[in-house]
Amino acid sequence: METLSLSSLQEQVKSGSTDCRQVVSRFLRRIEEKKHLNAFLEVYDQEALDRADEITEKLRAGTAGPLGGLVIGLKDNICYAGHHVSASSRILEGFESLYNATVTQRLLDADAIIIGRLNCDEFAMGASNENSAYGPVLNDADNTKVPGGSSGGSAVAVQAGLCMATLGSDTGGSIRQPSSFTGTFGMKPTYGRVSRYGLLAYASSFDQIGPITNNVDEMAAILEVISGDDGMDATVSDKAVPKYSQMTASEGSRNIAYIRDCIESEGIDPDVKAHTLKMVEKLRAEGHTVEAVDFPFLDFMVPCYYVLTTAEASSNLSRYSGLMYGYRSKDAHDLESTFKLSRSEAFGEEVQRRIMTGTFVLSSDHYDAYYTKAQKVRRVIKDRTAELLNKYDFILLPTTPTPAFSLDEKADDPIAMYLADIFTVQAPLAGVPAISIPTGTHSSGLPFGIQLMANSFEEAQLLSFSKYVYELGTK
Amino acid sequence: MKITDETVYELAHLARLQFEDEKKERIKADLERILEFCEQLNQVDTDGVDPLIYLSDRVNNLRPDDVRVDITQDEALKNAPDADSDYFRVPKVINK
Repeated sequence: METLSLSSLQEQVKSGSTDCRQVVSRFLRRIEEKKHLNAFLEVYDQEALDRADEITEKLRAGTAGPLGGLVIGLKDNICYAGHHVSASSRILEGFESLYNATVTQRLLDADAIIIGRLNCDEFAMGASNENSAYGPVLNDADNTKVPGGSSGGSAVAVQAGLCMATLGSDTGGSIRQPSSFTGTFGMKPTYGRVSRYGLLAYASSFDQIGPITNNVDEMAAILEVISGDDGMDATVSDKAVPKYSQMTASEGSRNIAYIRDCIESEGIDPDVKAHTLKMVEKLRAEGHTVEAVDFPFLDFMVPCYYVLTTAEASSNLSRYSGLMYGYRSKDAHDLESTFKLSRSEAFGEEVQRRIMTGTFVLSSDHYDAYYTKAQKVRRVIKDRTAELLNKYDFILLPTTPTPAFSLDEKADDPIAMYLADIFTVQAPLAGVPAISIPTGTHSSGLPFGIQLMANSFEEAQLLSFSKYVYELGTK
Repeated sequence: MKITDETVYELAHLARLQFEDEKKERIKADLERILEFCEQLNQVDTDGVDPLIYLSDRVNNLRPDDVRVDITQDEALKNAPDADSDYFRVPKVINK
């Protein structure tokens, strides 16, 4: 479905040719039509319509914020006061947020219209959205395929035209991998660019919130609103937020590296490889310097990511105890059974697997061999990535080794599922920003993305170059 | 790394989870595979490398220790699985 861009929507509302209520109504009908995709866990229909009227008035009075009229959905791990949030887990069934996440507050202050909350893998752990307690999300390009994960609902909502944009969260690729599988734009900002206050934590040294959109302009507008210092998250940078929305066109020739090991890796789909190499040729033909570089850590990135994220998850998820909120087992009869029964009945299998792995790597006998070792490998990967990004403006690589895979295809093989993130984990390991740009179309007809990584806090450059690459790639 | 029943029980207790029968056999096999996968990290030379702990560039990002109310008692009790008017209720903790 052709979705109205934010700027034309704002103009049309101002000129009176439409209003926000009509726009919201259209999305609500579309959500109903596409219900089988299972993208939304909850739709705030009446509330969104009421707010639409308010925003129409503001737009016409010229008092609306920068996102006035933007119809947006939130991944079900981002808090919205007075609304349910569950991270697609039974353990938080019925839980209602007491406060707004910083990103939610900033969206509301900028006059966006929040239309609902979106399905995801439980606690953002997964690469296919099959780990949700509320059932899988289907890819709108082919309903037998997964949408990717963990922000599968967020990606499909944009793909299927159920709203204009969404927020997801990315720990190892959870925004970019589903963006690739659905042909949308998805960005993981620099670690520390966006506050995580009100984001249900998975792995705190990795988690970042970011937008999924139909185009780079809206991505820039949303990023500008949600970024920046926040007294509620001590990891947020106090660096000034550039005016991403006033992006200038990318000019001059740039230095770009592409990682030979990724292109030559086993398991990369021939169409994905060919498309990536074609992008390299196109960029060279435009006068950019594009060089192949070696990065001999490909096999170690996913293991490094898993040791660290499972460790952090085992600690973060200890808060779900069955005592003060969330699910409590009916059979709980003392303190220990309250913890053990509530947690083992209400956490899904993958979440329990990661908590157990994390508990193992943090246990006193194995801490040095696994956890400390992975922290050292992370430094090596981060330093080598930084070296590349000091020499080159961008690193170019595929977002995913293949287009969307089939439902159930990897459900019984955790390692195969983990490897779906092989090209996306580098950015969060190094803390740098990365974006998936939907330039590829597979011979099967499925979309896939190409990925650009930039140096920390270089989102402005990354956005303007992504816009250029998208135009070049789809020309 | 061989994972025994005893290791599963020990980890499950630390993680306050429970694995019996089939579920126990599955987690044993999964843990063995996942840990073997993670052991590839030993091939990376990290001699003299310090572990990377913090990704943020901010050091000692402190705020004034002001008293303020983030949530009220009513709000805190709102999502409780069981509560009376003032407290969370939990199953009996001490058995005589």
